[in-house]
Amino acid sequence: MNASIRSASPSRLALLLASLALAAAGARAESPVQIRDGYATLAGATPQAARGQQFFTSRHGADWSCSSCHGAVPTATGKHAVTGKPIQPLAPAFNAERFRTPAKVEKWFRRNCNDVLGRECTAAEKADVLAWLLTLKP
Amino acid sequence: MNHSFPFVLLLLAGAVAAADTTSSARAKRPPPPPVYLEECTGCHAAYLPRMLPAASWQRLLGGLPTHFGVDASLDAATLAAFRPWLLDNAGDAQRFPVAPEQDRITRAQWFTRQHHGIKPATWQRPAIGSKSNCGACHGQADQGKYGEHDVHIPK
Ligand code: HEC
Ligand code: HEC
Ligand code: HEC
Repeated sequence: MNASIRSASPSRLALLLASLALAAAGARAESPVQIRDGYATLAGATPQAARGQQFFTSRHGADWSCSSCHGAVPTATGKHAVTGKPIQPLAPAFNAERFRTPAKVEKWFRRNCNDVLGRECTAAEKADVLAWLLTLKP
Repeated sequence: MNHSFPFVLLLLAGAVAAADTTSSARAKRPPPPPVYLEECTGCHAAYLPRMLPAASWQRLLGGLPTHFGVDASLDAATLAAFRPWLLDNAGDAQRFPVAPEQDRITRAQWFTRQHHGIKPATWQRPAIGSKSNCGACHGQADQGKYGEHDVHIPK
């Protein structure tokens, strides 16, 4: 199979390498604002930061809130409620890596909402939380 | 999409090359693959394959949606990317005549032996919190490194 690659014409190979680079980039990078707007469009409603803060800090009838691991105002390092492992700040202005990769954001919303609420969060809840996080500035 | 076939070949060639380096390094222990570090260290340290028997890893990976009281679910493709590394390098039957209780590293005999000098009150310190928080004392536990020169017990 290596032979068939070696026999590819140079222009063909350039095309292959370009598509490989694209595939490596893989997960699309976006900005936190784009991700918030994506959730708002799905929800069909304007996100509300105050509602997001309320949602983030409430226990929803069980043991944990989002704050249990991320802190009441997630601008500083949090701490996992079970393992004690430090968790880097969640607010994008305090951690440039947050809310950049839609698939990663979705994965953690799915897991953490399930742990806190026993269900997935709605698009409107995600938009509200992110709207609030975006108001937190140094 | 007529470039997709050779494209797949190129990917395969890359995978074969990567597998080659791993197998020549197998005499020593292959380091944790980046996908494992990405997926399994969000909530705790990078535990190493030899710290549990294969049967324990198998059960753990089969139960990620209800993983010690939290949802650690992963899609099948991501799981398949590091599962063989965990199982192939798991602790052998000689080291683990039986699997530790709850498939916990912190209940394994080797763990108790290595940490026999640490008092119960020490584990409870706020800066440690849990035996499973290896990173509180092992400075490079995030990378799966537990060498004795990099150990520091926080006050
Ligand atoms: C039991 C602890 C815990 C709770 C409770 C928790 N989280 Fe998290 N959260 C984590 C951990 C661990 C990570 C991943 C580690 C990291 O990226 O630093 C994470 C990551 C995230 C991310 C990923 C962001 C990114 O782009 O990196 C989002 C979004 C998130 N949490 C939202 C929430 C929301 C909303 C709630 C409440 C419904 C919540 N979390 C509750 C532990 C928790
Ligand atoms: C969403 C958070 C989260 C993710 C992601 C996660 N874990 Fe865990 N894991 C936990 C929690 C919580 C515990 C229990 C810790 C305790 O009781 O102190 C735990 C415990 C463990 C233990 C037992 C530790 C002990 O007490 O000896 C192993 C082994 C383990 N995890 C392996 C994995 C593997 C492998 C992955 C990746 C597939 C993974 N974990 C991903 C949260 C997570
Ligand atoms: C309270 C601090 C603390 C915590 C938490 C902790 N360890 Fe340790 N660990 C130590 C100390 C102290 C030693 C002994 C170092 C020595 O031999 O001088 C040790 C030794 C070890 C060794 C043997 C190192 C060697 O090369 O001799 C391993 C492996 C190890 N620990 C793994 C773990 C794992 C895995 C976890 C989490 C599941 C963990 N430790 C949690 C303090 C800790």
